[in-house]
Amino acid sequence: MIEVSGVSKSYGKTLVVDGVTLALPKGGLTSIIGPNGAGKSTLMSMIARLLPMDAGTVIVDGLDVTKVSGDVLAKRLSILRQDNHLTARLTVTDLVTFGRYPYSKGRPTLQDREHVERAIDYLGLGDFRHRFLDELSGGQRQRAFVAMVLCQDTDYMLFDEPLNNLDISHSVAMMKLMRKSARELGKTVVVVLHDINFASCYSDHIVVMRDGRLFLQGSPTDIVRQEVLSEIYATEFRVHELDGNRIATFY
Amino acid sequence: MPPKLFLPALLLTVLLALVSLFVGVRDVSPFDLFSGAADQRDLMVLLASRVPRTIALVLAGSGMAIAGTIMQMLARNRFVEPSTAGTVESAGLGMLTVLLIAPDMPVIAKMLVAAAFSMAGTALFLSILRAIPLRSILMVPLVGIMLGGMISAVTTFFAYRFDLLQSMGAWASGDFSVVLRGRYEILWVAFALTIAAYVAADRFTVAGMGEAFSSNLGLNYRKVMTLGLIIVSMVTACVVVTAGVVPFLGLIVPNVVSMIMGDNLRRSLPWIGLCGAALVLVCDIIGRVINAPFEIPVGAVLGIVGSLFFLYLLIGRRNRVA
Repeated sequence: MIEVSGVSKSYGKTLVVDGVTLALPKGGLTSIIGPNGAGKSTLMSMIARLLPMDAGTVIVDGLDVTKVSGDVLAKRLSILRQDNHLTARLTVTDLVTFGRYPYSKGRPTLQDREHVERAIDYLGLGDFRHRFLDELSGGQRQRAFVAMVLCQDTDYMLFDEPLNNLDISHSVAMMKLMRKSARELGKTVVVVLHDINFASCYSDHIVVMRDGRLFLQGSPTDIVRQEVLSEIYATEFRVHELDGNRIATFY
Repeated sequence: MPPKLFLPALLLTVLLALVSLFVGVRDVSPFDLFSGAADQRDLMVLLASRVPRTIALVLAGSGMAIAGTIMQMLARNRFVEPSTAGTVESAGLGMLTVLLIAPDMPVIAKMLVAAAFSMAGTALFLSILRAIPLRSILMVPLVGIMLGGMISAVTTFFAYRFDLLQSMGAWASGDFSVVLRGRYEILWVAFALTIAAYVAADRFTVAGMGEAFSSNLGLNYRKVMTLGLIIVSMVTACVVVTAGVVPFLGLIVPNVVSMIMGDNLRRSLPWIGLCGAALVLVCDIIGRVINAPFEIPVGAVLGIVGSLFFLYLLIGRRNRVA
């Protein structure tokens, strides 16, 4: 379980995350949605101890993320941020293999190699495995980063806008993969999403943030409603029931 | 570069080292050596000057190339190396300080003072990089070159005031003709540090992916930065104390190797070390042959090769190296 209590963060005088208290249950897929500047990415980075927080605590399975040593946490929780830009030139296989770094410290065993193969296979990167990341398209690169995080094989996986740069078929495949990790492998997956309908169709739980605060949380049926969405995004929404999914339109 | 090419490349470098042993004002030929025709003087030239010089070239070349690579991983910028980051100039200031305060210090102490100065200078450079928002990758080496310029201005000022300009001038351009037995052994420290860099290669590769990636993978980013800083500064100081500034080496070699085989340092560091040694050997041999019996310092030869290459990087491959 991830327990976030009273977490705040400001950049200069702007308060970006304002006293968020939130418990994310173990297992399942949780989506964090909300308008731009709601503090979603900042909150996620703080949960994964990439950013220091000004106040509050984050406890993951009883471990305080700011106190536990980095390599212990790296075997329990992984994160992929948006806008990943590497100066280092690595091949896809190199990058994915570094996902095993918390376990292998750079000397991958046979078992580590199996994890790498599986992750490359899951994300359909077999054809590009020996290419350098700077020779790939944005979507292929994004998949390589996801493969690396998958390879880290942690109980908790956080992704900040994992669908960035992905086309429709790869977006669907990515969300299916996330759901499969949650349902079949018992992982806890937390994603920041911009696409409401992906959140609606694939999440077990939706967390809504607005203006740095926790605005609302609940199941897709609770959140994906005309009046709720219209209020969150200050835009007219219509919600339709289609093939058992709730689909929002706002065009 | 496939692993099977490593052995031929190693042999080529060994061959270059052999050439370096037998090039110079006094004709010492390998055949005389084996037939016994070589006299006492030949042997002395070989053992007291040529062998130390060649070893120094190999150690300094590989050391500076690897130091450059580590800097590039730490600064996450392709254009950075000890001579574009204030590291070398800080080592020079350290040397001047030694000359002014305690000129009779043993060479190891001189090296340590120079290393402390270059560590401080490099740390200053890295903290400037953290503090200012960098909109362009070219800003990074520019900041380093400006910082280096300021530090060497201070050095020149005091050297001028205390009439030490000449000693500083000798140091400013790398020259291996001064290397003699008993005056280069400190470079073995640099060699030990490059071995340490190889042992920690994976950590530097992960650090090269940035702070967020490192933290996610459970690597203590600050510790690796510090380790890298120590290695870079000590290697630079060792080289500067023995032979002077060897510019651009840490820029050319890592970039070429990276273009061909990427930045997984576990794989590329041996190549970087080897190519660094080979390039310095070639440049030094050219410097000895081109204007014989006079010598052109290796720093000058490398400066010409290096600045052309730097321009090529800036103009030709802007998209890729970004």
